Amino acid sequence: MATDGHGEVVIAVRGLTVGFGDHIVLDAVDLDVYRGEVLGFVGGSGAGKSVLLRTIIGLLPRRAGTVRVFGVDPVAADQATRRAVERRWGVLFQQGALFSSLTVRENLQFPVRENLRLSPRLMDELAVAKLQMVGLDASVLDKFPSELSGGMTKRVALARALALDPEIVFLDEPTSGLDPIGAADFDALIATLQRTLGLTVFMVTHDLDSLYTVCDRIAVLADRKVIATGTMASMLASDHPWLRAYFHGKRSRAAASAPAPPTVVQE
Amino acid sequence: MAEVLLTAAVQGAELRLAGAGAWVAHNARQLEAEIEEAARRYRAAGRVAIDMGRVERLDTFGAWLLERLVRGLAARGAAAEIVGLKEEHRALIEVVHAVSAERVRAPRGGRLAEALAAIGASIAAVGGYVGNFVAMLGAFMAALARLAVHPRAFRFTATVHQLDNVAWRAVPIILLITFLIGCIVAQQGIFHFRKFGAEIYVVDMVGILVLREIGVLIVSIMVAGRSGSAYTAELGTMKMREEIDALRTMGFEPIEVLVVPRIVALVIGVPILTFLGSMAALYGGGLVAWLYGGIAPDIFLSRLREAITLETFEVGMIKAPFMALVIGVVACVAGLNVKGSAESLGLQTTASVVESIFLVIVLDGLFAIFFASIGM
Ligand SMILES: Nc1ncnc2c1ncn2[C@@H]1O[C@H](COP(=O)(O)OP(=O)(O)O)[C@@H](O)[C@H]1O
Ligand SMILES: [Mg+2]
Repeated sequence: MATDGHGEVVIAVRGLTVGFGDHIVLDAVDLDVYRGEVLGFVGGSGAGKSVLLRTIIGLLPRRAGTVRVFGVDPVAADQATRRAVERRWGVLFQQGALFSSLTVRENLQFPVRENLRLSPRLMDELAVAKLQMVGLDASVLDKFPSELSGGMTKRVALARALALDPEIVFLDEPTSGLDPIGAADFDALIATLQRTLGLTVFMVTHDLDSLYTVCDRIAVLADRKVIATGTMASMLASDHPWLRAYFHGKRSRAAASAPAPPTVVQE
Repeated sequence: MAEVLLTAAVQGAELRLAGAGAWVAHNARQLEAEIEEAARRYRAAGRVAIDMGRVERLDTFGAWLLERLVRGLAARGAAAEIVGLKEEHRALIEVVHAVSAERVRAPRGGRLAEALAAIGASIAAVGGYVGNFVAMLGAFMAALARLAVHPRAFRFTATVHQLDNVAWRAVPIILLITFLIGCIVAQQGIFHFRKFGAEIYVVDMVGILVLREIGVLIVSIMVAGRSGSAYTAELGTMKMREEIDALRTMGFEPIEVLVVPRIVALVIGVPILTFLGSMAALYGGGLVAWLYGGIAPDIFLSRLREAITLETFEVGMIKAPFMALVIGVVACVAGLNVKGSAESLGLQTTASVVESIFLVIVLDGLFAIFFASIGM
């Protein structure tokens, strides 16, 4: 894959093979993610999108291949290097994965408390600031995750992923389970945060609206491989049967005909 | 750490603060200290210019500390101005500027009030707990009554599955433990009775103790720890993931689907385990009596036949299903009491085991009084 003027590669996946038993999920996958872009990662249900994400962040073992994040292989590196890399990324899991026995405040402060020794006052202020940045307010600070709605849970989880001001955020289906308005708000939120914080976003999604409105580039996973990467325009122009079915299906036409304004900033 | 992030210089009436380096998370502690130091030392400054031109990197931490400094100055009536801000930092400063972040402290009550509240809450909890127990027992009985009318609604497969988990799979560990207990009781008996030349009475002791008390107690305690905790954890996890709500919306009664098969399996399984456990304990006792006390197996058996009656055996076996009922009800109450968090799951699982063991022992005491009064 060429660097074709995209700038620095922050995640480089080469020849990655992952399987469970004799079920090969990813077979020699190559993928590059460039600094400052929003990469939308699509593929059918069960295609292995979450598996790729979890392998990149080192949660799943791999059969073959290399993964480099900021030029380091997090799995092969020694513990200190690995921790340093881990502090530079944030992850929003599919189910939010908030710590259920901690309040929202404690969830947000947990990574900060463990990594930086800040004054309680500064941590409290930053918790409120981060909540407001994701479109919530201080009233949820002392609630427990079980008292939040689905959309609020996603937002708090995003705020926690951003707690240490990471350079890369991994989002696993951030808008699934949200209503269309909530999903559009969330897309706008990600776009805004990406611009203000200069984030690199790796976003697994099924949501064609998200692909249209926030993603700079799209990578498609099918048949255990990344079969295409490129802009939305190049996806629409391609005549690969899978891409045609995905991007020209019934639901995609609706999304294409009414694209949301690209720079909505809400709440 | 060596790098200085903020320098101050007074130029006439104006204070110039110059930022430098990386105003980012890992420097936030130092930056906060430097900013507070500068704000304190130049308290009197009427005009402040903050030069951000040499700040190489800025993230939310740095941006918020800057914003806080500006707000602090403004609150004292000083005119603060940010100069030389890099273009790429502007958006972040604006976002942080829009934040209303006043410090919201975590709620915290007074010590005494908290302690009193805790005492009150635990008394209420005991009351609530008794209520829950009775309610669950009632719901279970009502479900059984409904099933007696519509036997086809009984979940036979689920019950067999639970029976496999709580009884069949528990057999090896139950046999091992009761066998060891039988050995220990016999050894202790022989050791002490030998002083009076009365070793033979160890057979009476082992027989009566095992059949009336120890068999059923050990089995109940094992089952409470092994299956009661599992019931609580299973139901609690299902509750947390809204699976129980899902069942209800599909028109199923969670008590019938989840609780009845579990408790019925225990009520069937515990007597079987008690029987097997008692036999293993007698076997262990007999073995030790033979090897350590020199009481041959045929003597042990004939002595045993004189020492115990069918009643001795019945007393133990009658208790078993009641113990099972208590364990099952306590475990299911605790499981359905789980609230959203992992911590609550842990608390309820602990409570389930502790309470069912406690109740098993209390119940055993009540049975002792009952059997004594009817002369069994
Ligand atoms: N821990 C696991 N053990 C076995 N198989 C798994 C595991 N995780 C995922 N899989 C399998 O890998 C495939 C891809 O899963 P996943 O990445 O979750 O799909 P999706 O693309 O919808 O996120 C699925 O067939 C799934 O069954
Ligand atoms: Mg997935």
